[in-house]
Amino acid sequence: MRRLSWDYIFAFLLLLPSILAIAIFVYGFIAWTGWVSLSNWDGLRPDLSWAGFANYAKLFANARFQIDIRNTVVFTVLFLGACIIIGLGLAIVLDRGIRGENFFRSLFLFPMAISFIVTGVTWRWLLAPGDPSTGRLTGINVLLEAIGLPTSTWYTDPKILYIQPTSGLGQLLHQSGLGFLTTPNFGIPVAMISVIIAATWQMSGYVMAMYLAGLRSIPDELREAARVDGASEWEVYRYIIFPLLRPVTLSVIIILGHISLKIFDLVAAMSKKGPGFATDVPAYFMFETTFQGDHYSQGASIAIFLLVTVSLLVVPYLLYSSRREVEI
Amino acid sequence: MKRYNRIGFYLILLIASVFYLLPIYVLVMTSLKPYAEANLTGMWRLPSTPSLESFLRAFDQLKPYFRNSFYLTIPATLLSSLLGSINGYVLSKWRFRGANVLFPLLLFGMFIPYQSILIPLVQVLQKVNALANAIGVPKTLQALVPGYGSIAGLAFVHIVYGIPITTLIFRNYYATIPNELVEAAKIDGANIFKIYRWVILPLSLPAFAVVMIWQFTSIWNEFLFAVIITQNPAIRPVTVALYNLAGSYIVEWNVQMAGALLTAMPTLLVYIFLGRFFMRGLLAGALKG
Amino acid sequence: MSYKTRVWFLLSVVVVGALLLSACAGPTPTPTTPPPPPAKPTEAPTPVPPTETPVAEKKQLEIFSWWTTGGEAAGLLKLFELYNQKFPDVEIINATVAGGAGFEAKPALKARMLGGDPPDSFQVHMGHELIDTWVTTGYMEPLDDLYKQEGWDKVFPPGVLEIVSYDGHYWSVPVNIHRSNVLWYNKKVFEANGWKPPETFDEFFALAEEMKAKGITPLALGDVGIWASTHLFEVVLAGTMGAEKYKGLWTGETDWNGPEVRQALETMAKMLEYVNPDHSALSWDQANDLVIQGKAGMTIMGDWVDADNLAKGFTDSGWAPPPGTKGIFIALSDTFGLPKGAPHREQVIEWLRLVGSKQGQEAFNPLKGSICARSDCDPNLFGPYLQSAMQDWAKDTIVPSLAHGAAASESWVTMINDVMTAFVADRDVAKAQAGLAQACKDAGVCK
Repeated sequence: MRRLSWDYIFAFLLLLPSILAIAIFVYGFIAWTGWVSLSNWDGLRPDLSWAGFANYAKLFANARFQIDIRNTVVFTVLFLGACIIIGLGLAIVLDRGIRGENFFRSLFLFPMAISFIVTGVTWRWLLAPGDPSTGRLTGINVLLEAIGLPTSTWYTDPKILYIQPTSGLGQLLHQSGLGFLTTPNFGIPVAMISVIIAATWQMSGYVMAMYLAGLRSIPDELREAARVDGASEWEVYRYIIFPLLRPVTLSVIIILGHISLKIFDLVAAMSKKGPGFATDVPAYFMFETTFQGDHYSQGASIAIFLLVTVSLLVVPYLLYSSRREVEI
Repeated sequence: MKRYNRIGFYLILLIASVFYLLPIYVLVMTSLKPYAEANLTGMWRLPSTPSLESFLRAFDQLKPYFRNSFYLTIPATLLSSLLGSINGYVLSKWRFRGANVLFPLLLFGMFIPYQSILIPLVQVLQKVNALANAIGVPKTLQALVPGYGSIAGLAFVHIVYGIPITTLIFRNYYATIPNELVEAAKIDGANIFKIYRWVILPLSLPAFAVVMIWQFTSIWNEFLFAVIITQNPAIRPVTVALYNLAGSYIVEWNVQMAGALLTAMPTLLVYIFLGRFFMRGLLAGALKG
Repeated sequence: MSYKTRVWFLLSVVVVGALLLSACAGPTPTPTTPPPPPAKPTEAPTPVPPTETPVAEKKQLEIFSWWTTGGEAAGLLKLFELYNQKFPDVEIINATVAGGAGFEAKPALKARMLGGDPPDSFQVHMGHELIDTWVTTGYMEPLDDLYKQEGWDKVFPPGVLEIVSYDGHYWSVPVNIHRSNVLWYNKKVFEANGWKPPETFDEFFALAEEMKAKGITPLALGDVGIWASTHLFEVVLAGTMGAEKYKGLWTGETDWNGPEVRQALETMAKMLEYVNPDHSALSWDQANDLVIQGKAGMTIMGDWVDADNLAKGFTDSGWAPPPGTKGIFIALSDTFGLPKGAPHREQVIEWLRLVGSKQGQEAFNPLKGSICARSDCDPNLFGPYLQSAMQDWAKDTIVPSLAHGAAASESWVTMINDVMTAFVADRDVAKAQAGLAQACKDAGVCK
């Protein structure tokens, strides 16, 4: 009993530096930022007098910020969706005993090694649309036209895709009191798709690797047993493999989700706020308003907002996993 | 397996390969072009007279910053992996009551948007400098003071904000090591350090590979902390220097692309040579979320 | 079980304590009255405390700028060279942070200044970018003595002196002048079609129609990061309302809700019909490529286009004042100042002396592709465009640039950039005008 208790004291001492570091550098600093967000600090000169929630009220009334919220939702959902579909698809293909598997795997993974700045600059070039009306095409549009596919104006397109109020679905929504869904606030900015492509290029290989590892950890006996029981190949995936991959999907969502919610480097390097804020995100708005516009308290309130959104995604997961582990 | 299935699979892989290789094609081709040719309309064209001049110019400009990046990345990666390993070990094998509260609190640190801590961070690091000056740190040790405007300071920041992810990966990995091994060692009279050294550490190699690759890549590629903390150009890491290759009003795309390729090289090499390890490590580390 | 409980109790006390401490300790260290005490220099070779062995302290000078490539960097290095000829024992630290128009550099500079770690001197656009950001907040030292010693109040034109001064003092030394309102075109294309650069907006739109009919994009624009659109807007504003009313916009004398601003927005909206649709993908120099290649007819951009043309070996470049701005010189200037608490004050003053000198400006500007802020530089050192700019500089009405920090505070410019971002996409004149009027109010200039 004595031994054991010393060991636990040592265990605690080993953890102590990390605990202190996180307590100060994460929670302490967040508290400090939270304070700034409730102050009158507007300009370079720090002014920590109490402003209450005025900064937040102003923020939520800000048209740019409203657009940013929509953009973040669109980006997160589509980016995660694309990464999971492509990553899982490629993992399943590579898991089937493909010749040259190593080569393909390395090829799909390497963008992970590149910084978002490089990715952004390169894709900015690739997706630069040119001017279709004068036939001066640039970038990927040149290739698309050569093989007879329609071109796009990519991240320069200010259009927002949303349910038109006059369409059948739009009218139905109006009748059922959901008319607000038929506004651009609930649409998909076309320009954002380009940023999603670049982000997917960078991260989908990583997702592929995680799924591939997941697939490899599933014993062949399980599949064989299912096949012997007469399950089709689709049923094997549907009822055996996909459920077993669920923890992987959860990891993917957490890792990519937090990257996507605070995405900054890529947007800054690629399209910045975009036409009519079509590719603007809160992290970029925060950066501009704080470090260029000197609106410190407003910037702090955006940072706190970002934290809250991240928390909404993450805290349930953290609670869930910690509770599950108590059972183990 | 049916034959047409197989053809379909290769077709998918081929299309995916083109997708992943397009940017590399542009990077390489632009790097080989002279400034006058490096423009948007001629992007897919081969360089009329391929030359390595852009690479030489980029390397020439980036050389000292590569050294800085190594000084930054290698110690930060090693230390943060070690820290993560210890944390993971304690949190998986010496779980005191409340560890399940502590761990999520720790993990939360990896989700925060770093903009929200930048200003206090700079102030605190400056306090560290002031403190070091007040104490009178000997000159030989000054490079080790983790203050504002130093490589050590930047490394320190990366280690601190790397604690959650490294701890997570290690803890999940150690959770797969049967507790019986630890219990058996305890019965043999081994203490917490001995168990780590003789039971856990020898089994940790895959997790170390994952964590080190992860940390090496993210620290090498990181931009926001680097540009804020290392104001002195002599100590800048290469990502910031690469950004500086892009002029304020004139962008030399060919040199920038060449510099981008050079900058990506170390992390790419790590992937190429440790790719297998990476996969094996992932299998062990990232699965038991 | 009890030992575990104890450990856990201890642990939670420490965590909670640390949280409380850091939460309370956080706000206190912030200085409420700037400037904060200068931190000891933190650069790698930190000076040894004087009490120890009397090692001669190496003299240093740290210059912060965003001039990293091309002619700008060459010009800066030339200045360093001149400085070291006079003061060979001073080690110059070239602290550059690149990024279009200081996009990255300015936040980095702010982090340092606020953290009490100012560089010895830094590049900053003259006008409100300097005044509102650093002077009114008390971070700079006035340079009146230096101006008197060097007789600068006589060699700099009155328009410039007005823009670099605040509260009756001079705050920075302008090293160069750029002009923002220049219409660039391809002479070959214009000659082949018998076109003339348009002097009025009517002529502009007539010409634009002709160009469109020929399959040429009339106006090339590259507004990635939006500032090029704000730049175009400032030119349209000045061209629509003239120099005096334009100046009044920045003092609240010209009404942002008035008819002139509305007309400028309408003109701008119409111009946007004639720009390349991929404008938000391009940087200004890529837009200039379109003119060079003859794919676009004109571009309205500052006179750094001249340096770009030279670098790209393009010699058929033509230039003219954009519609309505003949006789108006929208100016921006890079200046250097003296922050309070600069670690090497003596060396900085010598640096500023050099930057403002005839020798310094004549060495720097031909490389940078700008004209001297002084009015006594030798025109023969400059290329044909810059010579013409020097003549205009001497006789035109000088007004401050909005997009480049001379006319309005950065905080105001940020708000106007936001209005422009929305306007370029939706071209809603009424909404934009309301936004501009609100921005003026938020900036504290309009009532």
